[in-house]
Amino acid sequence: MSDHHDDEHAREHDRPLSGPALRAKALESLLVEKGLVDPKALDELIDTYETKVGPRNGARIVARAWVDPAYRKRLLEDASAAIAEFGFIGRQGEDMVVLENTPKVRNVVVCTLCSCYPWPVLGLPPVWYKSAPYRARAVIDPRGVLKELGSEVPEDVEVRVWDSTAELRYLVLPERPAGTQGWTEDELAAIVTRDAMIGVAQVKSPGQSKR
Amino acid sequence: MNSVHDMGGMHGMGPVEIEKNEPVFHSEWEARVHALNLACGYHRKWNIDMGRHSRERIAPAEYLAATYYEKWLRGLEMLLVENGLVTAKELATGRAESKAGGASALRASEVTSFLRVRRLARVDDEVPPKFRPGERVLTHNDHPIGHTRLPRYARAKRGVIDRDHGVFIFPDTHAMTRDKKPQHCYSVRFAARELWGPRASARDSVYLDLWDDHLDPA
Repeated sequence: MSDHHDDEHAREHDRPLSGPALRAKALESLLVEKGLVDPKALDELIDTYETKVGPRNGARIVARAWVDPAYRKRLLEDASAAIAEFGFIGRQGEDMVVLENTPKVRNVVVCTLCSCYPWPVLGLPPVWYKSAPYRARAVIDPRGVLKELGSEVPEDVEVRVWDSTAELRYLVLPERPAGTQGWTEDELAAIVTRDAMIGVAQVKSPGQSKR
Repeated sequence: MNSVHDMGGMHGMGPVEIEKNEPVFHSEWEARVHALNLACGYHRKWNIDMGRHSRERIAPAEYLAATYYEKWLRGLEMLLVENGLVTAKELATGRAESKAGGASALRASEVTSFLRVRRLARVDDEVPPKFRPGERVLTHNDHPIGHTRLPRYARAKRGVIDRDHGVFIFPDTHAMTRDKKPQHCYSVRFAARELWGPRASARDSVYLDLWDDHLDPA
């Protein structure tokens, strides 16, 4: 590790990651002073991901697929185009693939190498998705992870884990829960969770108990 | 590169803990770092694969100790200096020595359209596929010092082409030399037992997106 005997170059590369808030502020000031960044654009970017993009978008896709068989077919055949029908396009959602859960197949999405995630339909990824435990374990022990998260997979159900190693972005189409016949699309969208669209949970109807 | 970012299959990382009602950002500086990365990317001095490789190059102990946005901050600092937008001295002192020439910054009014622009990982080049769905493949046993999207846990393993996604930029060269080397990218299915041995379920599988240059016929 670096100490005061190291040369300038080595210290540059070993600078500790302390005070990230200060460092971020210093970097922003420098970039603004250089004319490389406009702070108002940063505000707009933050507002977009805090208020405009998020898992409610994905929930609308899922709900539509549950009520409209023709849409479901388009979604499974060409997810990018079917999702674009809602206007959910752009950064980190350019090429989408939708994975259909069935009584015999559970799909689970991970990015073991970094944090790839379908931003236009799910927003920015939660901390657990980007964390070492999930990235390390989802591929080697998906059943163990799902069990810990309260979503145990029966022995006779196949688990498919999708490691997002390219620019394809994956969205799980969960199974529609029993007891939701006759529900409107909006009512259905309200029960679809982020975790179900990543594949680590199933959608429960409000009448169902926690487990 | 064989560093700790390549986490698939590692043990000892602890339980997966889901935070209830998690905010998009946990503090203002995280939000600023995320936005700074996007706003700096607007200048197109580096590509997404170079961005990923910057974070992979964070020293392993630091990588594991750092929070997510600390890694993004460190990676951005590396990219800015390595690609000439900021000098090492400017980064150290926090004082600009010169104004950036030419390029104007992303403006607030341009943000919506900027985020909706399709970025071109998929390309139109006419490249014939080396494999067809259903064909058996063997992944390379290769350990490049540079960037690769073939994780260690899937090297020298036998799988089956599940689907052909089409022609994409090849990140392994794009990150290192900016060479796009367009080629087919496939979803490749591996039996869990091929990757992890008899402890894994015989029923389960792992799918990875891999390129022609990662694969040989099996």
